[in-house]
Amino acid sequence: MAETIPAVSVILQRDIKIIEFTNSKILDEANIASIGQTLTTLVEEGPHPKLLLDFNNVDHLSSAALGMLINVNNKIRERNGHLRLTNIKPQIFEVFVITKLNKLFKIYPTRTEALASFTSNFSQTK
Amino acid sequence: MSMAGSNRRGRSEQTEKSRLTTEPGPGGSIKVKADIPSVESASREVQDRILSDAQRRGYNNQCLFAIKLALDEALRNAIKHGNQHDPSKKIRIEATISRETTVIVIEDEGSGFARALVPDPTLEENLEKSSGRGIHLIEAYMNEVRWSRGGRRLRMVKKNDADLLPRG
Repeated sequence: MAETIPAVSVILQRDIKIIEFTNSKILDEANIASIGQTLTTLVEEGPHPKLLLDFNNVDHLSSAALGMLINVNNKIRERNGHLRLTNIKPQIFEVFVITKLNKLFKIYPTRTEALASFTSNFSQTK
Repeated sequence: MSMAGSNRRGRSEQTEKSRLTTEPGPGGSIKVKADIPSVESASREVQDRILSDAQRRGYNNQCLFAIKLALDEALRNAIKHGNQHDPSKKIRIEATISRETTVIVIEDEGSGFARALVPDPTLEENLEKSSGRGIHLIEAYMNEVRWSRGGRRLRMVKKNDADLLPRG
């Protein structure tokens, strides 16, 4: 009945959008599509988007979820933005390693480190 | 309610166009059989059933994670790529879960595929492609994986590592 809990929560810290997945599973196609849409909207809000995805609650994710993350990453790059991933549990991190996506995404152990990386990246590139 | 036996007599559950039956096998094993329509929601009951049967037989969290992931990817492939969401086409699932191994066979009614032609998603040039990782994950997480009948039938095996490699 009350399936209105959003799949992500968003906090703005300076110009960085911190997105936390609220569900423990990112498996259902409809759920993945809706998250993809939300993230795309956040990416397209302005130039040079900075997104930090927090996986703290995530225990399961599917290859379709990985595909969605890749699409979002590509959109962010098109806009010269930056994407960071953080708080990925060991079992989920293994999925990134097996698919070698740990090479594609910038993954940080903690939110603090991930947030700091935006600043260092900024000072390096500007 | 006995922990050791878990000998529920063969029972049958009907949901909308889905059929799930279980029958006890030798040595405390169980066979789960299901016919489901090509709808994502229809695959959940059988997934939950297989996982809870494996959990009851002492599979550790890593094994359960592997089975869940492979089962989810395999059923999604059967629904999407195999039967192409055609509600008139069924997916047949048969799982035998013992304390040693979980053997899962999934068969769809699609036109099949050639495993050898699926590109390796981990190659540099494919890393940014948004699809093609399901099969790779199944093969990485299960101990044996074999496609037959032109790619319509998948047989995959997970060993219960808890018995073979005590952790800690």
